[in-house]
Amino acid sequence: MPNDIVLSMRNISKTFPGVRALHNVDFTLYKGEIHALMGENGAGKSTLIKVLTGVYPKDAGQIQIAGSNKDVNIKSPQEAQNMGISTVYQEITLCPNLTVAENMFIGRGAYRLVNWRTMREKTAKILEKLNIPARATQQLATCSLAVQQMVAIARAVDMDCKVLILDEPTSSLDEREVEKLFALMRELKARGVGIIFITHFLEQAYEICDRITVLRNGELIGSYDVKDLPRVQLISKMMGKELDVVSRMHNSRSSTVLQGRAPVFEAKGLASAAGTRAFDFKIDQGEVNGFTGLLGSGRSESVRAIFGADKTTGGKIHVNGKPVKISKPKDAMKLGIGYLPEDRKQDGIVDELSVRENIILALQVMRGFFRPFSKAEAERFADEYIRLLGIKTASTDTPIKSLSGGNQQKAILARWLLTKPQYLILDEPTRGIDVGTKVEIQKLVLKLAEEGVSVTFISSEIEEMLRTCSRLIVMRDRKIVGELTQEDMTQAKIMHTIAGEAAQNG
Amino acid sequence: MAKWFKNLMKSQLVIPLFALLLLVVFNLFRDVGFFTLNITTNNDGNPVLTGNVISILNSASELAIIAIGMTLVTASSRGQDISVGAVAAIAGSVFVRVLRENSITWPIILLAFLGGCAAAVLCGTFNGTLVAGFRIQPMIATMILLTAGRPIAYWINGGATPTVSSPLLGYIGSFIPGIPIPTPILIVVAFSILVSLVLRLTNLGLYTQAVGINEKSARLNGINAFGMKILSFMMLGVCVSIAGCISVSRMGLINHETLLLDIEMDAILAVAIGGNALGGGKFSLTGSVIGAYIIQALTITLYAMKVSSTAVKAYKAIVIIAIVVLGSPVVQGYLLRLRDTLFQKKKKATEMQAYGD
Repeated sequence: MPNDIVLSMRNISKTFPGVRALHNVDFTLYKGEIHALMGENGAGKSTLIKVLTGVYPKDAGQIQIAGSNKDVNIKSPQEAQNMGISTVYQEITLCPNLTVAENMFIGRGAYRLVNWRTMREKTAKILEKLNIPARATQQLATCSLAVQQMVAIARAVDMDCKVLILDEPTSSLDEREVEKLFALMRELKARGVGIIFITHFLEQAYEICDRITVLRNGELIGSYDVKDLPRVQLISKMMGKELDVVSRMHNSRSSTVLQGRAPVFEAKGLASAAGTRAFDFKIDQGEVNGFTGLLGSGRSESVRAIFGADKTTGGKIHVNGKPVKISKPKDAMKLGIGYLPEDRKQDGIVDELSVRENIILALQVMRGFFRPFSKAEAERFADEYIRLLGIKTASTDTPIKSLSGGNQQKAILARWLLTKPQYLILDEPTRGIDVGTKVEIQKLVLKLAEEGVSVTFISSEIEEMLRTCSRLIVMRDRKIVGELTQEDMTQAKIMHTIAGEAAQNG
Repeated sequence: MAKWFKNLMKSQLVIPLFALLLLVVFNLFRDVGFFTLNITTNNDGNPVLTGNVISILNSASELAIIAIGMTLVTASSRGQDISVGAVAAIAGSVFVRVLRENSITWPIILLAFLGGCAAAVLCGTFNGTLVAGFRIQPMIATMILLTAGRPIAYWINGGATPTVSSPLLGYIGSFIPGIPIPTPILIVVAFSILVSLVLRLTNLGLYTQAVGINEKSARLNGINAFGMKILSFMMLGVCVSIAGCISVSRMGLINHETLLLDIEMDAILAVAIGGNALGGGKFSLTGSVIGAYIIQALTITLYAMKVSSTAVKAYKAIVIIAIVVLGSPVVQGYLLRLRDTLFQKKKKATEMQAYGD
């Protein structure tokens, strides 16, 4: 094994009953390299990582790590860690109620007596060395998500790791936080750590990675130097087809709004207990608009206020010109408003219930407590939308938690489409799902708009919003700082508006 | 293999049904006469059914009814109500008080029952408000009435353990003339039918499970989570008052200290044995009712084996450990893997599972 290789996996295969998750996959990681592992949902990325970290036993193949020419057999995550392979997951697996220092050292070493002072000093040193803006004595829960993520990484790194696996670390971070995380990754790279970076964000892969390995349907498609792989090619390799749909699809929609008709939804001075400043907002029939801004700028809070998800503290609302009151989600639902929440796991799916129950839930609630659908009716609704949206599930009885992220999201979309809303709010409908499904959802939004449904669309990916929206509302620090339409809708313009430089550059 | 059998094997009822079957088989081998049914004539000169099976079904009635309510509370609030015994004493005391102040006729009995029911539903509302409104852990919230309930029951009847006697109460507590089956069994059957009708004609099941599994999501879909939790505690109140009144009618007196003592523990066990997660969410009422009968069958079996009543609890504990461990996720997971390795070839690739995202 050459000296600069820290990890080499050869011919890895893994089969689950009925599913071939990995088939003869090779993967090589060099010292001081950031290596993106990419592929659609279900391509085998997670399985590969779980085989590497000993969560699943492999069926076939060899794994070698730096410093030895022998094959290793990793049986548990603990063992992987001892060999210098550390993983930081998307969901933070630290204890929020402990301090940063405690989190750094808990569960390490066999000693029973703990010297908290040295531990704190050591932690302070590590934090300083890695430029992490946190104090050793701070309670972890009081740190931002990005910092928590960094602490998790620092913990992994401090355990003398050669291979660091980051499983979608950026999916809940905003741009500034991502930048900080990237700075940390570069720092680690300079120290010779090999980093495996799993992400759905193409831009991020191109920004920070040296090489990209693409998996599809459990097979290795190839490993490429980033500079040799244009984006379009990467996408087509991930999807397995020449993809001009993505580039062809652009926002051909102009304002087709009927004149003289009252807006579908109009709010004046709407504010909620979750902390949005009072704002005005309206949307016309068949319009697609979007809230944009950094994470935490108040875009989610704004749409939640529209739906009555948080307690509203003021404001007047008109729906189709008539004054109405929305004080809880059910009020909004009765007015034909649907809301797909940002956090699919926490707010969207009811994980133990079946796909069928999840799909009919909202319509069933609107129909009323005393009028349940018969099983046959429910089955028909579920079947119709499973076909319509191409939801991949074994049956309508399957618990929704055993579906992949993209399919869960489609089921939640189905839930709201089934209610035949006149106004649909989609908060990050494409987060954490594969490119193919993303495109499908974007197309669906445009189709709905053609059918006269109004849609408010929120996405962290600005390109996606530019493709789908005809009007963008820009937010900063929980208030609206600008509105962009037509030719003003460019990435640069949005950035400037967010940064508050519209006047100078306008 | 028949389809219904396959479905059964997958359902949570496998373990409780298996445990029940095991008890039956065990008793068959121990003493074939265990299951004999006799028709005898009771003191009033009516022909009645007797035998171990009847006494199991009969004496488990209160437990079965309370277990149904406990299941709903568990599902919606992710916790248990430990005040059911004490609240049953309150309901029973109100029942007795109303009966004693009037000459006992059917309308008065109904009125007395409704009075007890109202008291128990009020207690349920109190518990439910603490749990849903103030977000207190159910066990802590219901500890208040666990402590205060029996003293309140004592106060309702002015400190005595008054008796009530009327042939009409005997009809409720033991037999209706001409019907050889003990009335409590009939009440359980009627109540079960009523509850399953409610589940079929309303969205109680869907809403309760949605609230128990993911309260935030349930709320965003327009479900009143607060209301569903209180509703489940109120329904448990109804169950508890029925159980309390049956128990009073059986004995013809109310002893506020011992009426349905420790029933909360058996009710929670019945829920657990029935394969329901004590952490809330999906539930099966059938499972809990079977659980109640298992507990009672076990007790009667032990009595039939001449185990002293003090020692019965210890034996019960052993069997319950076995059932609960068998139903635990760890063992279930192991059994599933075992099944997968044994039947791997038969299993088709149709089962989609998200391994890879």
